[in-house]
Amino acid sequence: MDYTVNEQGYYGNFGGAYIPEMLYPNIEELRESYMNIIHEPSFQEQFHQLLRDYVGRPTPLCFAPRLSERYSARIYLKREDLCHTGAHKINNTIGQILLAKRLGKQKIIAETGAGQHGVATATVCALMGMECIVYMGQLDMERQRPNVERMRILGTKVVPATSGNMTLKDATNEAMRHWINHPADTHYIIGSVVGPHPYPDMVARFQSVISEEIKAQLTEKEGNPFPDYVLACVGGGSNATGAFYHYLDHEHVHLIGVEAAGKGIDSGASAATTALGKPGVLHGSKTLLMQTGDGQVVEPYSISAGLDYPGIGPMHAHLFETGRVQFISATDDEAMQAGIELSRTEGIIPAIETAHAMAVLKKMEFDTDDVVVINLSGRGDKDLETYIRWGKY
Amino acid sequence: MEATKTMNRIDQLFSLKRENILSVFFTAGYPSLNDTVPIAQALEQAGVDMIEIGIPFSDPIADGPVIQASSKTAIDNGMTLKLLLEQVKEARQTVTIPIILMGYLNPVLQYGMEHFFTDAAAAGVDGLILPDMPMDEYKHSFQEKMKSAGLHNIFLISPTTVEKRIRQIDNLSNGFIYAVSSSSTTGARTGFQPEQLAYFERLKSLNLKNPFLIGFGISNQESYNTACQYSAGVIIGSAFIQWLKKEGNSIGAIPEFMRQVKG
Repeated sequence: MDYTVNEQGYYGNFGGAYIPEMLYPNIEELRESYMNIIHEPSFQEQFHQLLRDYVGRPTPLCFAPRLSERYSARIYLKREDLCHTGAHKINNTIGQILLAKRLGKQKIIAETGAGQHGVATATVCALMGMECIVYMGQLDMERQRPNVERMRILGTKVVPATSGNMTLKDATNEAMRHWINHPADTHYIIGSVVGPHPYPDMVARFQSVISEEIKAQLTEKEGNPFPDYVLACVGGGSNATGAFYHYLDHEHVHLIGVEAAGKGIDSGASAATTALGKPGVLHGSKTLLMQTGDGQVVEPYSISAGLDYPGIGPMHAHLFETGRVQFISATDDEAMQAGIELSRTEGIIPAIETAHAMAVLKKMEFDTDDVVVINLSGRGDKDLETYIRWGKY
Repeated sequence: MEATKTMNRIDQLFSLKRENILSVFFTAGYPSLNDTVPIAQALEQAGVDMIEIGIPFSDPIADGPVIQASSKTAIDNGMTLKLLLEQVKEARQTVTIPIILMGYLNPVLQYGMEHFFTDAAAAGVDGLILPDMPMDEYKHSFQEKMKSAGLHNIFLISPTTVEKRIRQIDNLSNGFIYAVSSSSTTGARTGFQPEQLAYFERLKSLNLKNPFLIGFGISNQESYNTACQYSAGVIIGSAFIQWLKKEGNSIGAIPEFMRQVKG
């Protein structure tokens, strides 16, 4: 089974580039050049130098002793929360800004939900001296005030998206509209493994550094690069893609994606796309999509702004359809409890997105010698308000 | 059977008329759910040559605020693709000019592409504009099926579409080509800049097999006249929806709006 993208930009039945003609030249330019550019030795050198010196990679793979004891397994945490700006998102923005420079673009646009991708984009734009506009749903701007101000401090213009539910989906619509209106000088840094081909593959490659490091670190710690399980949360799916990437062809490694069930899968307030979605087209690719029978996209819900998206990346849709990745969901409450549990057992307050991945430990059964890697995709500083409001600690 | 098939209404139109064609876009189910039929009738009575009816979608990425808002209102009004086809059927009892449905791929995919082609043709639709349908997918999966249903597929080209691709699109097109006047979302600009006129000139000089209509940025008599100098005619969308939205304008006054445009 092939889990990576084919020549036409598809992962099995999913993917492709469903875009209006006005964006065709931009997407075609990227499609023709991205592989050549990212394989250039000078690109690779600069990319890895920045990941090392600026982002702080490799991030530690940290054995979690108390959690391991509690769940009777050998649990490791991949510490993406220790990346500069607090999440894995910056792996991708470093890669894409270097690509944008080589394409001769002067301006950058991005969408953001929780604000982590927006901050990571604003950060690399400041670093490279490039003009940056980030679209953010007006509701998310209210929910994630500190990240809005972080972007502004970094010199980025934050533009509210006021259509729809005013969240991530709508911010993505606005960013795409901006790109249609400014195709020549602007590069759009998409923050997840979504969008038209080649974005899902490009973002996957930049995030694949996560599993590349896990392999080397596990070899050192366990004498074997292959864990029994890798767990990661899935909104669009970029951190999960990074954590799964180098294990996809090793079928004995169990890969678990955790979606946000919100108030419960059947509650009408959920973002569990594999459970609730059907094949459809949104934001340039064919994927699983939460939608009505008439093909209108359903507004998702999760306590976590970063998982509050009605689709998933086309690769995940394929991994779900082929059964290569098992998808499980965690509710708001389960995630919040798991976030508190990690704080108390290991001294790490996780982002609420990440807390969803932690929450499924309770739902799984491990052998005592099973090696389990959880991708700790982000830190919880940005979510302090939500933790305080939840209150049960 | 072939001999008994009637000519597609779009082909009929272009066989009779190759200049100053006026095509008008509006969103189905807007301003009110049952306005689709009376608007179509009023447009025909006002002398419009062709009608494009928008299929509302929750996430219209190629549209500016005016058409976005009309789509949202239409969905809130209860508009669905199934209902739209019933309305087209009803309009067809009187309306004889070509009717094109324009919209994003997802609602059509959920309806089921093949069922949709059959049902749309049966309702009296002549052509489709699906801006986010990839050319390859059309070629491999839908071209034959649309052809056998008797539906034309209309492609968009924009100022950044290179000649090689314009030729490919011309070869795959039937009816006409929709030339977007600037790289923009709908309703973003009014009037034309010199580089747009140069683009129209370039298109004209390509001597394409299919006629082309110019859309995006046509809002008044001046832009209508200018665009008609280079093309077979124009498409008006956002400006008409804006007009419909304005307090005091009614469906009965549509002929007046069209007189303002055509002069």
